[in-house]
Amino acid sequence: MVTTNAIYESLVKIVGKDFVSVSKEEKYFYARDGGLMPAHEPDFVVLPKTTEEVQEIVRLANREKIPIVPAGAGLALTGLVIPQKGGILLDMKRMDRILEVNETARYVIVEGGTTQGALKSYLQKHHPHLRHSMPDAPPSATVVANAVIHGQGRLAHQHGFNSDMVSGLEVVLPTGEVCRIGSCSVSPYWFSKGPPLPDLSGLFLGWFGTTGIITKLGLKLYPCKKMRDVMVLLTDKAELVPDILLKLSHTEMVEDVVISAQPLPLRFRGTFWIMTYITGDSDEELEFKRKMVWDAVWDYFQSRDVGILSISPDTKAPLLSMPSKDTTRFADVAKGGGFQYAGPITPIEKFPAFIRKLEEVASKYNVFYGSTTRLIGSGHCMMFSFSFSFNRANPDEMARAKKALDECSKFALEEGAVLWKADMDEQKMLMEKMDPNTLNLIKKIKQLLDPNGIMNPGNWEMS
Amino acid sequence: MQQKYASQIHRCFRCGYCKFPTDYSSFNCPPYRRFRFETYSTGGRLWLIYAWLKGEVEWSEHLAEILYTCTTCKNCAEQCPMKFAPDIIDWIVGARSDMVEKGRIPPRVARFFEAVQGYGNPFKLLRGDRAAWADGTKLYSKDDEFLLYVGCLGSYDENGQKMAKGLSDVLKSSGVPFGILGSDEECCGNEVYMLGELGLFQNLAEKNIQKFKELGVSKVVTLCPHGYNTMKNNYPGIGGSFEIYHYTELLAELVARKKTKPSRKTLKVTYQDPCFLGRYNNIYDEPRQVLKSVPGLELVEMERNRKDAFCCGGGSGNFVMDLLAGGEDSPARIRVREAYATGADVLAVACPGCLTMLTDAVKAENLEGKLAVKDISQVLKEALP
Repeated sequence: MVTTNAIYESLVKIVGKDFVSVSKEEKYFYARDGGLMPAHEPDFVVLPKTTEEVQEIVRLANREKIPIVPAGAGLALTGLVIPQKGGILLDMKRMDRILEVNETARYVIVEGGTTQGALKSYLQKHHPHLRHSMPDAPPSATVVANAVIHGQGRLAHQHGFNSDMVSGLEVVLPTGEVCRIGSCSVSPYWFSKGPPLPDLSGLFLGWFGTTGIITKLGLKLYPCKKMRDVMVLLTDKAELVPDILLKLSHTEMVEDVVISAQPLPLRFRGTFWIMTYITGDSDEELEFKRKMVWDAVWDYFQSRDVGILSISPDTKAPLLSMPSKDTTRFADVAKGGGFQYAGPITPIEKFPAFIRKLEEVASKYNVFYGSTTRLIGSGHCMMFSFSFSFNRANPDEMARAKKALDECSKFALEEGAVLWKADMDEQKMLMEKMDPNTLNLIKKIKQLLDPNGIMNPGNWEMS
Repeated sequence: MQQKYASQIHRCFRCGYCKFPTDYSSFNCPPYRRFRFETYSTGGRLWLIYAWLKGEVEWSEHLAEILYTCTTCKNCAEQCPMKFAPDIIDWIVGARSDMVEKGRIPPRVARFFEAVQGYGNPFKLLRGDRAAWADGTKLYSKDDEFLLYVGCLGSYDENGQKMAKGLSDVLKSSGVPFGILGSDEECCGNEVYMLGELGLFQNLAEKNIQKFKELGVSKVVTLCPHGYNTMKNNYPGIGGSFEIYHYTELLAELVARKKTKPSRKTLKVTYQDPCFLGRYNNIYDEPRQVLKSVPGLELVEMERNRKDAFCCGGGSGNFVMDLLAGGEDSPARIRVREAYATGADVLAVACPGCLTMLTDAVKAENLEGKLAVKDISQVLKEALP
């Protein structure tokens, strides 16, 4: 193996000296995220600008068998871009161009480090009648990273996971080839990630960068209505929530449904806020949808099991903001700069059991908690978050929060959920429970694509 | 301040809101935009300071450079969604103060302090030359309503001197009774404060306050938003309560009261909000009112404006030390490209720091003859009959 210095010089040749660091400071920062997974430093932090640069870096890493970890903003919070075995950390955010919007085929092509915030802003300015499914992660989260972890956004109820909305990929394979996935492999148009071809996007989405580096991504866009509103339904009966969600989904009128549960301030304790978002191009359309939502829950309203919260425009504004800053503010509930959540994907019937477990575990480990649940698909599943906020200056509290998370994840798995953006511990839990033939297939695919095991090693790794 | 920052700084979640303007359209943190490593964002900086306090990262020149490339433009405090947002600048200053006390600061910062300490200005120029620009502008006397405080850039920098002279001419022509301190003027201390040399700041502020009191000054008009900021917000805490105005506030009043009557001038102008005028002191309208008072002047906004304005990169003494210098990604060069994209003939400024940073950037971008950088008093002066 060549020396570290020789690798450094090679990297400098590829991207320029301003964009390679071997300094302690960069290594320290990129060794960790805002969650609870242990830190591990990279040997190099590199900021590529082009697909060709990524390609050269990957070829170098593959030749020298150096681990390589592509990273967005590190906001999964589950340590997915912590370089478990050192090597090269690729901060992709210099690749931030929005390359094309096809208005009639309704898709956008972005580079691999484009942020959610930049895309939202660009569409609002240049294509105001189109939108993408904005997640509630901070705006620095990247479009690619969110798709790679099967993120969910504001259009999850109508159109599923953000990875379902991918319409094409350009990927640098672990052996250095640049590969196009979907319609763009045979056409100038990026309208489909697979059909009618074999859908190869599944080789890269959900793999946490262990099978290749996505340098361009096509993403489906959807109509952006002129108006948007939120109706906040309240109930204190967790067991009714699944049926309420089904009834809301049945209307086929709602944009997004998010259920919030939190113990503090005390006025929120024991009450579930079912935030039901509607959109329209006219007052009449909005009013009609409001009526449909009312009709859907009318029986529960009459039996006083469901109420509606009357809220001022000032209170409503943060609920309507995209992304929701309140999601991020949860990190300071414990006045300590950290939170992590287990976000199992699960049938909606599990809501009451999961809420009970969350409260039980939070009490057991004496940690701050909250939960935000999002309906995915037409009620096909939901993301239920077991969220714990902790103080980074309090190691004991951090340890308790991690135990709480692990217990919730284990419980969720036993209940039939599948863990979302699983941290290394959760990945182990998943692989232990996974059908052996499926596991073997994953292993074969990984081996085929990444023969030297350089891509984000430690993740989806079988012992 | 030091104890407070040390006990609170871990609360940053490194969410990254701090890097953006309100609409998320681009990166609005000057050092992050320049260097692109997360360590140069506010989140990165705060995490590294916390690591330094915990002993997980040792002091290094690189660490100090990361800390000192922050221009304290306050975009982060404006955008951070957390309750502690208003404290972020204090945390940065607190950490710098710690480094100053330990003598662990970048050489360029040390030279800045030495110059101010020894010469009363960061350029190591003679105190006696402080009023070389003044050309007959009288010294302040008790009959004057205003003390015009020119500051170090206005006194010594070539662009700043033109700005000071232009303002002085406009005030004279408008009949405003004012005078200057001449060679008795001392550095305002704003940059020294932001760079964490709190002892030196105290010393400078006390000298200025004492001088103002001796002369019976009640109203101060500053050329520079940096001086305006510290005199308005820091001096009262050390016994210096005066009526402080930025010159654009005074000019806005003069044009509103028709004391200054610009004539028609066909000109397309865009305006750079200075951080210490806008985000620090919420003065956005007065400079625009002055510009709009010129008949025929069309004011066009850059996409990032007012509280979302992109800093020129000169804050925290960087207009002298230039820790963000070099390359097309330097904040000032980005900003003049944005100004040029508006189609404006003139990029108007209200700060001598912005004036010198952006004038240099126009040269670097080969925009000379296409985009002129002028301060607002110069624009007004050129429109006077």
